[in-house]
Amino acid sequence: MEIASNAQPSGGRNLHRFANPGQFLRLSGRILPFLAVSALVLTGIGVFGGLFMAPADYQQGDAVRIIYIHVPSAWLASSAYMGLAIASLFSLVWRHPLADLAAVEIGPVGAAATALCLATGSLWGKPMWGAWWVWDARLTSVLVLFFLYLGHIGLIRAFDDPQRGYRAGAILALVGVVNLPIIKFSVEWWNSLHQPASITLTGAPTIAGSMLWPLAFCALGFTLGFAAIVTARLRAAVMERRIRALLLARAQEA
Amino acid sequence: MSFIGLIGRELRLSARHGADTLAALLFFVLAASLFPFAVGPAPETLARIASGVIWVCALLAALLPLDRLFGGDFEDGSLDQLLLSGMPPAMLALAKAVAHWLVTGLPLLLAAAPVAVMLRLPMENIPILIAGLLPGSMVLSLLGTLGAAIVLGARRGGVLLPLLVLPLAAPVLIFGVGAADAAMTGLTPRPHLLLLAAMLAGALPLAPIAAGAALRAASE
Repeated sequence: MEIASNAQPSGGRNLHRFANPGQFLRLSGRILPFLAVSALVLTGIGVFGGLFMAPADYQQGDAVRIIYIHVPSAWLASSAYMGLAIASLFSLVWRHPLADLAAVEIGPVGAAATALCLATGSLWGKPMWGAWWVWDARLTSVLVLFFLYLGHIGLIRAFDDPQRGYRAGAILALVGVVNLPIIKFSVEWWNSLHQPASITLTGAPTIAGSMLWPLAFCALGFTLGFAAIVTARLRAAVMERRIRALLLARAQEA
Repeated sequence: MSFIGLIGRELRLSARHGADTLAALLFFVLAASLFPFAVGPAPETLARIASGVIWVCALLAALLPLDRLFGGDFEDGSLDQLLLSGMPPAMLALAKAVAHWLVTGLPLLLAAAPVAVMLRLPMENIPILIAGLLPGSMVLSLLGTLGAAIVLGARRGGVLLPLLVLPLAAPVLIFGVGAADAAMTGLTPRPHLLLLAAMLAGALPLAPIAAGAALRAASE
């Protein structure tokens, strides 16, 4: 039970546990400005290229330009979940304190990316498919991903003992991984309105080069931006734990 | 305590709280009978939505008793005793899931046929609906046990539980209703039923392992 951890909540021991996160603070403090600046620059170039330099689609017209937001946010939504699952694995197996905090902090950012993906997809769907929303395999599986994020956000914060929240959230995140292949292959397994992937690891992309390069800039910019936001949140969370440990130690001395 | 012994204990406990056990069944029948009031009693409308209504109501009804699945044992310390007894936590979770299915899933399965008749589902489609509900309700019991183990000890756990279980249960619902609808339109329900069986085959070993890990975390 929790008796052991309640009996000796010494500030020194808590600080010792965060010796490694201290190193993280120093390192991330140096990397964070570069991450943030390069994310802004790359996204800026990508959005400018997408809006003003790339040609309009011969069928979809200017509506195709939403791809420069929609596709990067969709990539981010599923890769952020993968990141969440990996952090959860570290948290569950090695009880790594930074992985615990990373799982807490990735959740809301990933959920925001998923919401952005759903919102831009809906805006794109109205002119192309004639409906804001269709109950399609791809859309439904991304909606389930969004609910999984929300459930994880709620669960990991719902325990009085944060350690319990980390464990429960990690198990949920790992269970939810089954949804990722379903999202990936939903356009191939079912007849879907959603188009299949244009860019694959194997084989040439089926998207014109003039449209591909702004997309690549946006995708890279979004990914770096995600890394920057999560790093900043993680730094804030580590510092918050430190302050709490220091206050606890001072309260015990007094 | 052995696996069978634990299931027996759960069954005795729910027999002694008969009202709690019946509440889920009553909810199922009541919720399903609201739909004719809401969409009108036209037979063709009701027949079209009957299988979907039954699936959704069964899914929601199966969630009701999950709150207390581990709750009582967690509060009075029986859970710690059970975990100390040497039984693997996954086995303990599986026994709870089996007990949940026997106490909630099986009665829902039996009540589904009369409710389907009331909702004007054609007679020849009722066996397909039941054939889908049989593996479907088992998967729901396994997922529900997993959810109940994860939220154990959380604040507002009862509110959180449906938020966690419902997204995971969505595929079961899709293929369960898909089987019934395929039969309605004259197609074979076989692929849907096979996919449901595949989900059961996947959930049967994996859900208890995850639930067992959550139980061990809860009693740390």
